[in-house]
Amino acid sequence: MHIVVCIKQVPDSAQIRVHPVTNTIMRQGVPAIVNPYDLFSLEEALRLKDEYGGRVTVLSMGPPQAEAALRKAISFGADDAILVTDRAFAGSDTLATSFALASAIQKIHEDMPVDIVFAGKQTIDGDTAQVGPGIAKRMDLQLLTYVSSITDLDLENREITLHRRAEGGVQVLKTSLPCLITMLEGTNEMRFATLPNMFRAARYPLKQWDKDAAGITDVSKIGLKGSPTIVSKVFAPQPKTIPAEIIDCESKQPKDLAVTLLAKMFTKFPNLHEDIAKANA
Amino acid sequence: MDEKFDAIVIGAGPSGNAAAYTMAKAGLKVLQIERGEYPGSKNVQGAILYSKALEEIIPDFREDAPLERHLIEQQMWVLDDESYIGTTYRSAEFNQEPYNRYTIIRAQFDKWFSKRVQEAGALLVCETTVTNLLMDGNRVIGVQTDRENGAIYADVVVLADGVNSLLAKKAGFHAELEPKDVALAVKEIHFLPEETIQSRFNIGEGEGVVIEMAGKITQGMMGTGFLYTNKDSLTIGVGCMLSDFKQQKITPYELLEKMKAHPAIKPLLAGGEMKEYTAHLIPEGGYKAMPKLFGEGWMIVGDAGMFVNAVHREGSNLAMTTGRYAAEAVIDLKEKKLPMTAANLARYQGRLEDSFVMKDMKKYKNMPEIFHKNNHFFTTYPELLNRAAHTMLTVDGVDKKSKEREIRKSFKQRRSLFGLMGDAFKMWRAFE
Repeated sequence: MHIVVCIKQVPDSAQIRVHPVTNTIMRQGVPAIVNPYDLFSLEEALRLKDEYGGRVTVLSMGPPQAEAALRKAISFGADDAILVTDRAFAGSDTLATSFALASAIQKIHEDMPVDIVFAGKQTIDGDTAQVGPGIAKRMDLQLLTYVSSITDLDLENREITLHRRAEGGVQVLKTSLPCLITMLEGTNEMRFATLPNMFRAARYPLKQWDKDAAGITDVSKIGLKGSPTIVSKVFAPQPKTIPAEIIDCESKQPKDLAVTLLAKMFTKFPNLHEDIAKANA
Repeated sequence: MDEKFDAIVIGAGPSGNAAAYTMAKAGLKVLQIERGEYPGSKNVQGAILYSKALEEIIPDFREDAPLERHLIEQQMWVLDDESYIGTTYRSAEFNQEPYNRYTIIRAQFDKWFSKRVQEAGALLVCETTVTNLLMDGNRVIGVQTDRENGAIYADVVVLADGVNSLLAKKAGFHAELEPKDVALAVKEIHFLPEETIQSRFNIGEGEGVVIEMAGKITQGMMGTGFLYTNKDSLTIGVGCMLSDFKQQKITPYELLEKMKAHPAIKPLLAGGEMKEYTAHLIPEGGYKAMPKLFGEGWMIVGDAGMFVNAVHREGSNLAMTTGRYAAEAVIDLKEKKLPMTAANLARYQGRLEDSFVMKDMKKYKNMPEIFHKNNHFFTTYPELLNRAAHTMLTVDGVDKKSKEREIRKSFKQRRSLFGLMGDAFKMWRAFE
């Protein structure tokens, strides 16, 4: 069995800052991580490998530094990693990205037939949830999104049974391979890499594919040219700032601190008594 | 795991990187283990880089190291509650390449240093904690990590695991740190546009200023404050001995908040946006608090070995130099095909003794005690100095001779003549 897992390196959104003057996102110094949703798919792929054998290949499209995300995947236990990187991909939207990734998966498939493709449910930087389905459509794969668990894999009859979270319930689905799966978040927990796998990840000779290696001949379908999406404006929502105040208190006893704080609150909000009474009523 | 290394370096700060780089460059098989997500992710320093120590390891570091600003001006402030009296030294000579001191941001700098280490051939494993040293009798033969299949062996283990050095403690190489031997420093980085910093501090592109501060900002505790200019941010921080914090019951962030509100400091930070807040322990116990630095199959470098010169604000340079010396000892032994025994690793101590490292550590060995037993240096004298300046500079019809008398009187009132002379003598002895 051969599984391909598509991952993306994203800026850690918890640490993103907006430039106070220009209002643009400051990427410099923001740590890059593996898109958290992708990890649920990667872990599920590794579990299938543990149970049924086979190989897991991780695939990413991005700038050269995305290498770190792929090495991370190797440390968790993926067998191979391919980075599709080319200046020609710059500015790709989800349509162009899914085209490029589908081409790369086709290339991988020619080398070793692919049974299952995993992708993250969505990314935390784009939040579109379109690339996975885009790949499935282009490659004519069964599409299974929001999967909460894989209950059975029958390699002989090439069938997979799984649970899919749907509005108002859980669907139990059985479909034929090959297919594309996106896992629901929280369905599993990424394993802790072993020391030998950490060594392997650090030493792994990563494969880098340019657009030719990825089998792309039609350049009008990639990069800015292949991207009908137009970003007309980027802006940061104005955060509400309430100035904090440091209140002096001689005593450090909790009771005295509380009294001082309450006194301050009641002077600042004279209607507090009435408001509390109203709320209680 | 079956694989065996010539050396394992624990930690990827300046000392660990210096050691790993030097050994890998010499062709040794080196494994470096770092607890953080990436080298620099957990490392905290002011931070000023002294070029010399790094130059001796990577001569061409200026080509691609992430350096913020080279320093052209040093200020020293002695603060009272409302004022400060200070000195400034600024020289155009500091603008001649190669520059001597730079401000750096450690998260970026350590990442760069580590990249060089890996390019030199060392194997780096991050997000991995060494839980124990593996022993054969009293000889260190490897390390146990927190990962599955996590034991790994080497001829020698270099402990570069920082101030707390839990491993060395666990292995019994040194005792628990005492609060009087460590300073707790906190700092914030405030974002400000490059141009604002340059006009505010009267400096050009790439030029920087350091302000060291002492006096009432530490509220009688033994410690100092600092303000550094980075490319598009300012670093402001303060550090005091942990034992003093404990005794005075002041929290570090309270101290920093009060310091930031000082009328001379506030305008320098105005309009900035706080980017990060970090805290760190600094081993300032000096020579007398140093642990044993080597043994059967192991050596200690950097902060883990108390290599900090608190008087001259030196630490990372000592870390790099000790890392390099430890590495050179290993290289020498490998070349001569000698085992990594304590007797053979003693050449590490020998190198330290012959160099500025131990000479400086010994020179200031009495400094911590003198400051500790005498908080006049942090309260009385700053106040008196500031008052004296104020008296002399206020034009109010009082003749200058009377003013001088008043100043002398104020000194003697607050501190007896005997006390004053005693303090001066102690300081002289400590610096001698």
